[in-house]
Amino acid sequence: MSSNVNSVANTLKVALLLCAVCSVVISGAAVLLKPMQTENQILDRNRNILVAAGLFDPAVNTNAEVQSMFERFNARIVDLDSGTFLSDEEAQRLGLNPQTYSESAARNDPAFSDALPGEQDTAKIRRRVRYATVYTIDNADGGFESVVLPVSGYGLWGIMYGYLALEGDGNTILGIGFYDHKETPGLGGEISNPRWQAQWPGKEIYTDADSDEVAFAVVKGGGQGPHQVDALSGATLTSRGVENMIAFWLGERGFGRFLNNEVKG
Amino acid sequence: MSEMSKTILIKPIFKENPIALQILGVCSALAVTTSLQVTLVMCVALTTVVAFSNLFISMLRNNMPGSIRIIIQMTVIASLVILVDQVLKAFAYETSKQLSVFVGLIITNCIVMGRAEAFAMKNPPIPSFLDGIGNGLGYSLVLIVVGTLRELFGSGSLLGFTILPTVANGGWYQPNGLMLLAPSAFFIIGFFIWILRERNAEQIEKNDYPMSAHTAEKGAH
Repeated sequence: MSSNVNSVANTLKVALLLCAVCSVVISGAAVLLKPMQTENQILDRNRNILVAAGLFDPAVNTNAEVQSMFERFNARIVDLDSGTFLSDEEAQRLGLNPQTYSESAARNDPAFSDALPGEQDTAKIRRRVRYATVYTIDNADGGFESVVLPVSGYGLWGIMYGYLALEGDGNTILGIGFYDHKETPGLGGEISNPRWQAQWPGKEIYTDADSDEVAFAVVKGGGQGPHQVDALSGATLTSRGVENMIAFWLGERGFGRFLNNEVKG
Repeated sequence: MSEMSKTILIKPIFKENPIALQILGVCSALAVTTSLQVTLVMCVALTTVVAFSNLFISMLRNNMPGSIRIIIQMTVIASLVILVDQVLKAFAYETSKQLSVFVGLIITNCIVMGRAEAFAMKNPPIPSFLDGIGNGLGYSLVLIVVGTLRELFGSGSLLGFTILPTVANGGWYQPNGLMLLAPSAFFIIGFFIWILRERNAEQIEKNDYPMSAHTAEKGAH
C-alpha cells in the first residue's frame, strides 16, 4: 500500500481532493458569515461616531441601542476640494453611496485620492481622499446640531483613525474617539482613555469663530485656555501626531473649506 | 477515560508544556498577553486549531503521500485558522479587532505544526485530538499566567475590571510600563520555566559541552 500511496497519481489525487474540500469549507464559511461581519463593522463604526459625539457612554449604553441612537445622524459625502456636499446626482455619477463609501478603500484608489507632497503632508498620511463621509445631526432651521468628521494621522507606530465631533458652529469640539490605532498600550494607547478624551469637549479649534487658523494644540503640562488639551505623559510623539492630525484635517486641505462653506455660514 | 488518554491529555500541561519545555509558540505568548480577555480568546482559538488539525491530519495520515506531507499539513492548518478568524469576526468582533493579525499567525505557530508532525502523523485520530487539546491547554496555562500578571501590573485591572486603581484614573497605583511591552513576557516566561524546572528536575537539560574556567589562575598578564 505504501508504494501506492506515494505514486504520482495518488499524490495528485490527494492534493486535488484536499484543495477542493478546503476551498468549499472556507468559501462556505465566508459567504455564510459575511452578513454578520458586515453588520459588526457598521455597528462598530456607528458606535464610534456616537462615542465621539458624546452621545454614547460605553459604560452605560449597550450595543443594542446603537441602531436607534444612530438614526438621528445623516451621512453625506463631502468633496474636500470644493468644500461642499456632493449632490445626489454627482454622487451617483461617481458611484459613491454614503452608506457604503469607505475612506480606507478610497485611500488606495488613485481615482479617489491624491498623493500628498512632503511639505503638505503634515499628518503624514501620504495619500488624501478627495471625498469623505460626514455625519450630521440637522437642526430644524437648516443648521447643524453636530458634525462628525473622519480624521486620521500618523502617531508613533502607525496611522491613528478616529472621529472628531464638532458643534454646529464648526469650531467648538464635542468630542473625539479613535477606532483604530497602533500606539503603545499604556502610553500612546491612552488616546483611547475616556479620562483623557474628557478634556476635549468645549475646546475650540480656530483662533476665533471666523478665523481659518487652527489654534488647537496638545501641550505638555496642563493645557491652558480654550485651545489646548494636556499631552499624554510618556507619549510625546503620539501627542504631536494627534495635534498634527487635527491641524491637517481642519485646515485648508482637510475640512477647512467645507466648514466655511456649509457649516459656519 | 482510559489511563492512556488521561496521560496524553494531562502530560503536556506541566510535564511536557509546549512553551516551557518544548519552547514552541513563544512569539504569540509575547504578542497577545497585554490583556487577559484577548489572551483567553487566543487560547481558545489555538486549542481549537491544534485539536482539529491533529484530528484531521491523523485521519489523513495513511493516505498522505510523503512528498507533499508538509504542504497537506499546512493546508489543513491554514484552512482551520481562516475558519476560526471568520467565526471570530462574526461573533466576537471587538476581540478579533484587538487580536488583529495574531489569529492569522496561528498558522505559523510552531505548536500546531510541531504536534502534527510529532504526534498526529504516528497516532490514531482520537489520541491525536486529545494530544491537541492537552497541548492547547498547556499553551493556555502559560498564556493565562503571563496575561494575568501583565494586565494586573501593567494596567491595574483584570478582564477590564479595575483591581489596582491607577494614577491616571485618579487612584494610587503607578502602573509598570514595562509590563505592557513584549520583554516583560520574556521575563515572566523565564521565571515560569525556572519554577517548573525546580519542581521537575528531569526537565533540566544537560549542558551540550562542559564549561571550562574562562581565566587562567597562573601565568596570566
